[in-house]
Order: sequence, then structure tokens, then C-alpha cells
Amino acid sequence: MNDLVQPIDLSPHAAIRNEVRKLCAAFPGSYWRALDRDNLYPEAFVRALAEGGWLAALIPEEYGGSGLTLSSAAAILEEIQRAGCNGAACHAQMYIMGALLRHGNAAQKAEYLPKIASGALRLQAFGVTEPSSGTDTLALQTTARRDGDEYVVNGQKIWTSRAEHSDLMLLLARTTPREEVQKRTDGLSVFLLDMRAVRGSQLTIRPIRTMMNHATTEVFFDHMRIPATALIGEEGEGFRYILSGMNAERILIAAECIGDAKWFTEKSTNYANERVVFGRPIGQNQGVQFPIAKAYARMRAAELMVERAAALFEAGQDCGAEANIAKMLAAEASWEAAEACVQTHGGFGFAEEYDIERKFRETRLYQVAPISTNLILSYLAEHVLGLPRSY
Amino acid sequence: MKLLVPVKRVVDYNVKVRVKSDGMGVETAGVKMSMNPFDEIAIEEAVRLKEKGIASEIIAVSMGIAACQETIRTALAMGADRGILVETDVELQPLAVAKMLKALVDKEQPGMVIMGKQAIDDDMNATGQMLAALLGWPQGTFASKLDIADGTATVIREIDGGLETVALTLPAVVTADLRLNEPRYASLPNIMKARKKPIETIKPADLGVDPAPRLTTLKVVEPAKRKAGVKVANVAELVAKLRNEAKVI
Repeated sequence: MNDLVQPIDLSPHAAIRNEVRKLCAAFPGSYWRALDRDNLYPEAFVRALAEGGWLAALIPEEYGGSGLTLSSAAAILEEIQRAGCNGAACHAQMYIMGALLRHGNAAQKAEYLPKIASGALRLQAFGVTEPSSGTDTLALQTTARRDGDEYVVNGQKIWTSRAEHSDLMLLLARTTPREEVQKRTDGLSVFLLDMRAVRGSQLTIRPIRTMMNHATTEVFFDHMRIPATALIGEEGEGFRYILSGMNAERILIAAECIGDAKWFTEKSTNYANERVVFGRPIGQNQGVQFPIAKAYARMRAAELMVERAAALFEAGQDCGAEANIAKMLAAEASWEAAEACVQTHGGFGFAEEYDIERKFRETRLYQVAPISTNLILSYLAEHVLGLPRSY
Repeated sequence: MKLLVPVKRVVDYNVKVRVKSDGMGVETAGVKMSMNPFDEIAIEEAVRLKEKGIASEIIAVSMGIAACQETIRTALAMGADRGILVETDVELQPLAVAKMLKALVDKEQPGMVIMGKQAIDDDMNATGQMLAALLGWPQGTFASKLDIADGTATVIREIDGGLETVALTLPAVVTADLRLNEPRYASLPNIMKARKKPIETIKPADLGVDPAPRLTTLKVVEPAKRKAGVKVANVAELVAKLRNEAKVI
């Protein structure tokens, strides 16, 4: 096969992938290891991504973004992970604004979207989960009570990632008590919370130390007063607004898992080719080859499902099943590739300087967040296969 | 002042190149290709001159197969204004490239050509010099600093003995060395803008040049494998070996 018969990829994705790779090359493993050791947020990396306009890919051009499709955003995140960086530090800047874009009013969009696009304001925190309500979002207990031109918010969120490093939070709170609503999905509202104004007094953020450097927190609202103009869309419609953004989130995180899987598999093959034991490369042993090859095959299959889900999303069609399946399969594929990578490297897989143990811890998250694999299976069983609801 | 910047599509510097099975070149099928890194530096310098108001327009030129458009798009995303692709399937050698560049210079009338000092694929380090000779222009090769004022380009050149400063009367050819600048990353908005910038495609015949190779490749081989070294116990043994075995001191 010579060069002339190769397809020429002039789609924006090829250029996007190239430039993201170049940017990520300036943030090698040593950068991430130092942050990991001291539990620090990757400020310089996030700034570089924001300055390059990468986090504004999905924001329309009229608000200062690039107005790209979801698959372009997926390509960006996949490349970040594939390069060994960690997009989890800022991926939410890409998609949380979706609720504002779809349901915010003209004034809110004009006020916030250009600043989010430029990176001047960070909207990376998504306040949904509470200690007493995990995936059962409708059971959340944080309340927002209307008082004149303001809302008064009381309650608590947990696993709110990046809250300390974000200016804004998309907050879901109950505005009508559960027993007073007509439909069980009514009564929740979404607010664009400007944390800068209330932090320290009415808003307290406490970091939670976790097994990887993910900057996650718990957040407390104590009679927090926010202007009524912070309400996004209609009062009581919040649950539907949140749901409408979840497919995008699933697909983007699936793309990150694909990137992780590719990073692990590249590491595995390089090492298996180079490491010589008993006079030959360890990769010559099928016992070493097969797990790597199997993980690779799983990744390619999951990659197809990510592409399929993104295509449906972009066509404006229902992609709930595909987005969930893509996220589950991609998270499993990245974990399988991670397993093969550690096993291939033996003891070196545990050594920090190989970056494998760090990525291993990071990629494990995606079988749990933003939704656990069990809940995806429950969704498929109930909504796709028509089996009885199990919970 | 218009600037003309040639950009070459080469095997990416991260790729471990392999000799093709016919022994006549290196494998490029399925291999990641990128802009020659020295050409990236040339584009960056041109963009900086435009940002300073010294240059008015930057034309990125690439020659070769249709895929060279990707390389031109990269240049456009970095800040070049328009592109020209001289499309040909013929293997291009420095003299043919220099002749075609001369024809483009005659047509476009740039005030300066800035280009990489060499391409990392064949390391010829010849096209810039040949172009300057064909044009009868002064040349500042291996530039590590470039200043332009009053129709003169002052170039600091990296030479074996150190640094040499030359003053060139414009128009001139300048070739970029590694330390001239650090090229920028293209931002996402600029990648999207680059997709709307024009690329003109022409053929070598349109420039009146026959690009057929004048040099014949006889064979391409991998470098010999490095042999294992030996450990020496102390400085005295090292000196003895260098003197008696290697005979270098």
C-alpha cells in the first residue's frame, strides 16, 4: 500500500486531534505525577486548554465558541486521555453549559456564555448528588425557597467535582415539596449559582480526599441567598433540563475511556516489545499478547458504539440507550486495557514513574461515575427490553 | 510585505521510521505525517512578523500529493492567510522544489521567503540555498534571530564556530534553525477559520517546471545496529583504551 491510496482525512477531527496532541505533549507524566503527589489542580493545563478554545468547542460561535458537534468534542477529550493527560479536571466545562444554552434566557446566555467560552469564568461544577440520594435524584433534599427577588437555598451536595476550582455551579434544588407536586418528576429547579458571591459564608466547600486526584468535594448551603435571576428556565422543570444533558455527558465520558484504553494499550505493546526476558521480548508470549489484543478488540467495539451514539445525538434522535451502552462498554474496555497494562508491566506497573498506576486509578472511576454500570443495566432492562422495573 | 513560506509534509518526528521492503525508501503507509518542524518555526516567524505589522500577507506553499493540503491547513491554522498546493505524484528533490518555488516567487513577488533549514525526512539542507541562487537573492541560512528594518533583514546565524550576524538587503531567503522561536499551538477557533481560507491547487507544468528527479536512489538501508559497549573500571583504563585501542588521543 503506498501513500497515494491512503484516504486523506481533511475533516476537522484530524486537525483537532493533531493540535490537541501537541498541546498535551507539553504536559507529560512528570507534570501529572507532581500534581498527584500534592493533590493539586492542573491549573496550567486547564488554562492552556481554555486559551486554545478547546473547552468552548460546543458553545455556538455567536457566544464565542466554535459551535462544533458532539463528536468533535469527543475527539478532543479522547485525545487528551490518549496523551496520558486527565480531562476530568475540566471536561465538565464543555458540557454543563448545555443546560444554560438550551434552557437559559437570552440575558443569561449573553451574560455567561461568552465568559465561559473564553475561560474567564469556569462552569465546571454540577450540584446534583446528595448524601441521601444518589442516582435517585428525585429524592434530593436541598431546597430553594422563593423570597421576594431571591431564593434561599438550604442543603448539602456530595461528590461535587471541581467545586473549589469553579466560579459557577449548576445547582439542582427542590422548589416544590415532593408531596405537593402533580407529577413525581416536577418540583425540582435548576439554578446557575455564582459561587464567588456566597462562598465562605453561606456556601462552604470541603474537599474529599479520594484514591485519585479528582478535586471532588462536598458542598453545604446555609441559608444561601441567590438572586431569582439565577433560575434557569421554568421553576419546577429542572429534572427534565438535567436529563436532557445526560446523554451528551455519557458520550463524552465514553470517548475519554476510549482514549484511556488507547493510552494503556500503546504502553502495553511498547513495553511488551521492548522488555526482554529469557532472551526474547515478553510480547512474544501469547500469555502476554492475548490480554492486550483482547482489550484492544473490546476498545474497538466500544469505539463503534461511541461513534453510533454521537451520530444519533447529532442527528437529533433519541440516543439514550446507545449513550448508556457506549459509556458502559467504553468504561469496561478502558479497565480491561488498564488491567492488561499492569499485568504486562509486572512490578513496574506499580511504579509511579510509569504513570500506569495513576491512569489505572483514574480510569476506574468511569465504571462508577457519572452513573454506575448497574444503573445502566437497569435502564436497558427496563426501558429497552421491557423488563419490570427493579428498583 | 508578502511572505512566502514553503511547508513540507514529512513523517512525524515521533515515528520510528522503517525501511520499505523494496529497499528504496522508508515506509509511509499508515504512518503519522506532520509538518516539517523547521517549517513550523518558519511559519511561526512569519506570523510574528505579521503581528508586528511588518508582513501583510503569508502564503504557505506545499508540494507533493494531495494530502499535503493537511500540512497547508496546519499552516493556515497557525496564521498563514492562504495556501498554494503544487500537486504532483513525482518524487520531489531539492532542485525541482527550488525551481518551482522560484516560479512562484516570480508570480507572487514576496518580499522574503522564510523556510525550514532542512526537512527532517531526507535532511538535504539544500532547497533554501538553491532557491536563493536561482533568484539571485541574498540568503541567511540557519537563522536563530531575525530582525527587519529599512529594507534590511539582520540575521543571526548558527554556525560551527558560534554565531554570525549578516545583513541582507531584501528581498531575501531566510532559513530557520531550531532556536529561532517556539511555534505556537493552533487554537480551536483558528483551526475552524483555517478551513475557510483558500488553497489554490496547481501542477508543476503550470509553473513551467519538469520536476522529474535528477538523482537516482540506489538503495536505502537501516543504520547498523549499535554494538554493546564495554565498562571501564577507572579513568586510567579509559585513557589507555582511548589511546591504544581507539587511537583517538
